[in-house]
Amino acid sequence: MELHDVWFVLIAVLWIGYFFLEGFDFGVGVLTKLLARDRTEKRVLINTIGPVWDGNEVWLLTAGGATFAAFPEWYATLFSGFYLPLLIILLCLIVRGVAFEYRAKRPEERWQTNWEHAIFWTSLLPAFLWGVAFGNIVRGVKIDAQKEYVGNVLDLLNPYSLLGGLVTLALFTFHGTVFTALKTVGDIRIRARRLALALGLVTAVLALGFLVWTQADKGDGKSLAAMIVAVVALAAAVVAIKLGREGWSFALSGVTIVAAVAMLFLTLFPNVMPSSLNEDWSLTVTNASSTPYTLKIMTWCAGVATPIVLLYQSWTYWVFRKRIGTQHIAPDPHAPDPRADGAHATDAAQ
Amino acid sequence: MDLALAPETLARWQFGITTVYHFLFVPLTISLAALTAILETAWVRTGKEHYLRATKFWGKLFLINIAMGVVTGIVQEFQFGMNWSDYSRFVGDIFGAPLAFEALIAFFFESTFIGLWIFGWDKLPKKLHCATIWMVSIGTILSAYFIIAANAFMQHPVGYRITERDGKERAELTDFAKVLFQETTLVNFFHVIAASVLVGGAFMTGIAIFHLRKKQHVRTMRMSLRLGLVTAFAGTLLTVISADTLGKVMYEQQPMKMSAAEALWESEKPAPFSIFAYGDVAEGHNKVAIEIPGILSFLAKNDFSSEIPGINDINRESQEKYGPGDYRPNIPTAYWSYRWMIGFGGVSMALCTAGLWLTRRRFWLAPEHRTGADDVPKLMLTKNRELAPKLGIWWWRLSQWTLIFPLIGTAWGWIFTETGRQPWVVYGVLRTEDAVSPGVSQGEVLTSLIVFTLIYAILAVIEVRLLLKYVRQGPPQLTEADLNPPTRIGGPPGGAGADTDADAEADRPMAFSY
Repeated sequence: MELHDVWFVLIAVLWIGYFFLEGFDFGVGVLTKLLARDRTEKRVLINTIGPVWDGNEVWLLTAGGATFAAFPEWYATLFSGFYLPLLIILLCLIVRGVAFEYRAKRPEERWQTNWEHAIFWTSLLPAFLWGVAFGNIVRGVKIDAQKEYVGNVLDLLNPYSLLGGLVTLALFTFHGTVFTALKTVGDIRIRARRLALALGLVTAVLALGFLVWTQADKGDGKSLAAMIVAVVALAAAVVAIKLGREGWSFALSGVTIVAAVAMLFLTLFPNVMPSSLNEDWSLTVTNASSTPYTLKIMTWCAGVATPIVLLYQSWTYWVFRKRIGTQHIAPDPHAPDPRADGAHATDAAQ
Repeated sequence: MDLALAPETLARWQFGITTVYHFLFVPLTISLAALTAILETAWVRTGKEHYLRATKFWGKLFLINIAMGVVTGIVQEFQFGMNWSDYSRFVGDIFGAPLAFEALIAFFFESTFIGLWIFGWDKLPKKLHCATIWMVSIGTILSAYFIIAANAFMQHPVGYRITERDGKERAELTDFAKVLFQETTLVNFFHVIAASVLVGGAFMTGIAIFHLRKKQHVRTMRMSLRLGLVTAFAGTLLTVISADTLGKVMYEQQPMKMSAAEALWESEKPAPFSIFAYGDVAEGHNKVAIEIPGILSFLAKNDFSSEIPGINDINRESQEKYGPGDYRPNIPTAYWSYRWMIGFGGVSMALCTAGLWLTRRRFWLAPEHRTGADDVPKLMLTKNRELAPKLGIWWWRLSQWTLIFPLIGTAWGWIFTETGRQPWVVYGVLRTEDAVSPGVSQGEVLTSLIVFTLIYAILAVIEVRLLLKYVRQGPPQLTEADLNPPTRIGGPPGGAGADTDADAEADRPMAFSY
């Protein structure tokens, strides 16, 4: 296995990490309209991911940076080619991050409602668009001999890729619902379980369609194995949530994401972005990669840093392991504080 | 094609807007993270409540600010690929690695520990909680280092060779240590961090004065004022030293940029420092010039007699070396951005240095003029003499109003160093016009330019109003829970609240929730 193959695997791992982690927090964002009945419940949902969403998002930045470093041609073709969808994703991520931080920082009804709308849409759109993007990568797009994307934005909206978008949206929402069932207490947990069951079935139908289509078009033995793992894990996740085994269900919906993304990368290899115009124009792990020297440095860095990152990120999840419910939501900080009257006096008296 | 709409022009405007905007949050984030960490450390070590109140107050402003820094940073990671795909193809082998390092080492650090800090008040023992903000601070500084290493390669490419693959030239990395540790990286990093320290110091000073002038939250704000002034003074010293070093390095590496900064058209020996110039770029000379003789020679070479090459001569040399063309950056932009950088920074340097002296507590101060921790400090000129109140009020006012001057200065600094390098994107190696994405249409770049600008403008209004609200609100009242942090991770609080029964404990609201 040469270094560029190693980096193909590592890029896949980074995307898997991103979809596994940000997948559920996209899902939780979607649930703010799908599951929450009132503002307090919305806040319960948002706070299940409050301490961790930012760290989850870094998986994307790392995937982007690592692609730039390990496969500059892939990075250049992908992001200049998928310009408008990527623009929408970036705008969503900008607004989404601000929405989480700022929503509770003012008491006005309209302020909070606006940010809540923002959280929903900016979670839903990227969840959908990442699927469209990966659908197109796997399917192959119009890339010319100069490695430039020569199609237009409408070319990206083909049935296969749109189905891919629906699959990621459904799968992430399902993953987020199971996560919610795992991380909350009270009424919302019960409803999350019920919703997960329904969403799981929808996801199963969509995912089965998309994965079989992928397998029929591009698959081989390895991708078939990954597909089977994904489908079985998804079915098992639905059964587990039905049985009330939230932890198992979450692990299994995670396995579904891992296996499904792995399957997509397996069908790609050794291409990284196949050309639909001419097979010889495809970007591959060799013609898109950096030099062995750069890859070697990157390998050392990733080898040392990644385990440390996993360690402290897992520790964060452990610190915030307790379930939360409506009773845990701190009262609105803007509600009048009986002690606020003595503010100046207290300060002076210290 | 209409030049104003050339893809290169639009892409450059977009990069300029998104990057300058992003950088408005960066120096403040770097410095406020460290200042918040210092304040929390003071709280942990002394147990004095005003340190905790200050931690919460400055920490809140820090969070409002870093939220914007983080999200606008996402664009930075991807826009090289979007608008500058030929750049990415050409330098990716070198330029991508520091970016990937930044994400893997610094972003994960910042983003994970910031979550722990925000939500960890009732989950982590106080020493551990304090450690998380230090982690965030280290993350912000590491992040700055890697991105400056990447930028330094554009300013002064080292550790690479040009090779051909598939009929196209690209730069390949030969020595990563050189890229990471070359002089340009070190000096630029030093300068950026020094300027960030000044930014944070002036910001803290200005806001502390806002409250002190209203005689509210005096204990917390008096302490903050002193911390702000000390920080700003340290920032001043470091900025001046680093600027001097950087200027000399730049004269070695990019003489054109520095001569453009001085509108020095012809080589002169010794060369003067320009106070004001108005010139004709096409003709290549100044019509009006007010100068101090010899100073530029000193800034560039450390003596008052060296010859400094002029713009016209350097342009001729470049034409001989790189072929026909215009190798001058936009001279008025370089000239004025350089002056705004120094001017905005300099005003705060002067005010804060004066303030550090005027508001001193004990040093060379008669006992009857010393003020207590709960008094607004007097502005003392000498041991027994107070600064005339009429002048004093102006020090208070100006220091308050100029709180973001250094921040504006840093923005001009980036505008100067990036536009001053033109027409090169990688100095001497790759021209900016050869770096844009050939496959991206004008319409696409224009769309994203407009959308980013709009969203950023809206967010700027929202952010500034939110900052103002929390600045006015002042430090929060402390609660029982604040004063009795947990003694073990995720566990019940120790001390006074420890006798609550388990059920009530399980239902206790979070100390902080979104």
